[in-house]
Amino acid sequence: MEQEYKITSKNLDFYYGSVKALQSISLNFQLHQATALIGPSGCGKSTFLRCLNRMNDLIPGIRVEGEICMDGENIYKPSVDVVRLRSRIGMVFQKPNPFPKTIFENVAYGLKVNGVKDKNLIAERVEKSLRSGALWDEVKDRLHDSALSLSGGQQQRLCIARALAVEPEVLLMDEPCSALDPIATQKIEELIHELKDKYTIIIVTHNMQQAARVSDVTAFFYMGKLIEAGETDTMFTRPRLKTTEDYITGRFG
Amino acid sequence: MIFSQRQKDRFMSYFFFIVATASIAVLFMIMLFLFMEGIPIFQKISPKDFLFGEYWYPTDEPPDFGIFPLIFSSLAVTFLSALISIPLGVLTAIYLAEIATYRFREIVKPIVELLASLPSVVIGFFGMVVVAPFLQETFDIATGLNLFNAALMLAFMSVPTICSISEDAIYSVPVSLKEASLALGATSLDTIVRVTIPASISGISTAIILGMSRAIGETMVVLMVAGGAAMVPGSLFDPVRPLPASIAAEMAEAPYRGDHYYALFATGIVLFVFTFSFNLIADYISNKYRQVGEATL
Ligand SMILES: Nc1ncnc2c1ncn2[C@@H]1O[C@H](COP(=O)(O)OP(=O)(O)OP(=O)(O)O)[C@@H](O)[C@H]1O
Ligand SMILES: [Mg+2]
Repeated sequence: MEQEYKITSKNLDFYYGSVKALQSISLNFQLHQATALIGPSGCGKSTFLRCLNRMNDLIPGIRVEGEICMDGENIYKPSVDVVRLRSRIGMVFQKPNPFPKTIFENVAYGLKVNGVKDKNLIAERVEKSLRSGALWDEVKDRLHDSALSLSGGQQQRLCIARALAVEPEVLLMDEPCSALDPIATQKIEELIHELKDKYTIIIVTHNMQQAARVSDVTAFFYMGKLIEAGETDTMFTRPRLKTTEDYITGRFG
Repeated sequence: MIFSQRQKDRFMSYFFFIVATASIAVLFMIMLFLFMEGIPIFQKISPKDFLFGEYWYPTDEPPDFGIFPLIFSSLAVTFLSALISIPLGVLTAIYLAEIATYRFREIVKPIVELLASLPSVVIGFFGMVVVAPFLQETFDIATGLNLFNAALMLAFMSVPTICSISEDAIYSVPVSLKEASLALGATSLDTIVRVTIPASISGISTAIILGMSRAIGETMVVLMVAGGAAMVPGSLFDPVRPLPASIAAEMAEAPYRGDHYYALFATGIVLFVFTFSFNLIADYISNKYRQVGEATL
């Protein structure tokens, strides 16, 4: 079966100083699918996710070996424009981190730094992104209030809208619901379902049900290694390995 | 005699009340004294002529008590020193917090902070002995003790405070905000200008205010390096005589309760108004930028 991969990672090793945090990760992400990264705390999920948009570059003393390709091009090639790369890969963080600016300014930010000047276009895109982020109805009358006046769940959806505004091709989400209540979580899960049509989504989660609900593919990490990856349905019903099964069923430890 | 808990409480509150009112009363009396000794000059000269008179010859016969050149000198020195110290201090802070390596920061920051504890007389001395001859030779001017030198030395006094406090403010901007910005495809410069600085603007303005408050009303440095000419300067390299320098230099030789003496106190009133308004503006700015609310869950 011919498959179209948006991102491929091949034999990726990652070091924090002398500590090896990722070992030979080979994992491919299909276009317009949602992949869930699961695994116990400290196994390297966030590290791997942050390799995909080169966010780890900011940490001193790191080293990357192996390759990650997006649309067939190695993103760790020296000639790659990291700023441009990051505008093609959106990221939503574990803790909502809106800028201390207005709601409007938060969403418009990505456009402005990417050189969009047209006021009408910005306003249009802000509305569209807030609608995609399922936040528009709640904030349309208070766009010029501070984003910090929103609730935690609203802030997280704002952060999603902010990431969508630059129209990335890939969306990375690191436990986007870990600080949210069930209702906000459900909203974001529904959102992920809708966004799949347009974006390639990679989501880290500690919640097995969530992984099962939102993802097409699930990858299980353990101690810096990729243990098993496959169709989510298969992974949750008939995992190949005992470790995976133990983790998924909560008998881990 | 045994006091009840309530009596003790009441005693304590009286005690604090008395201490507090005493210090306020003393400050008030100093102010009263300042005004009482300054106002009599206005029987000789109108406030308008005093403030805007262009000649300050207090010992001539008849004397001239126009302090406009002094006011102008003070404003010029302060303004120029702010023009030097704010960019220098804030840019250094940005460099240390955002661009420099961790090790460089750890070495340089304590040194900068050490500079803040240099006594002003040492800075004045440095200005006289090192900077003045240098200026004189490089620019081929009559004297190195001038407006520019004074502004530069005052800037030296403000920069360490401005830099150190701004650096703290910039450094404490959460990494998550910077990451959010970079993840959206912003350059590091964009991130500094649009996220980091706005998020720390209240700390930066406090830093500027605290830094400048060391320079404003500063006497020793301007007495030593400003050159002391009571004229409206025509260029950066003209000697000037700011208000505090004039008071400090002349008070000893002004006859007690003579006109000159009253004029110097009136100069003190003007200086007081000057620093007081600075503090008011400073207060206003630091309140205005105080961040309202915080990112919470
Ligand atoms: N900045 C860093 N410097 C050094 N080591 C780090 C750094 N960040 C993470 N690590 C280490 O790398 C390993 C993987 O961390 P990572 O954050 O990727 O785990 P995770 O799977 O995301 O865990 P969690 O589910 O708790 O978020 C851990 O052992 C962690 O201690
Ligand atoms: Mg993590």
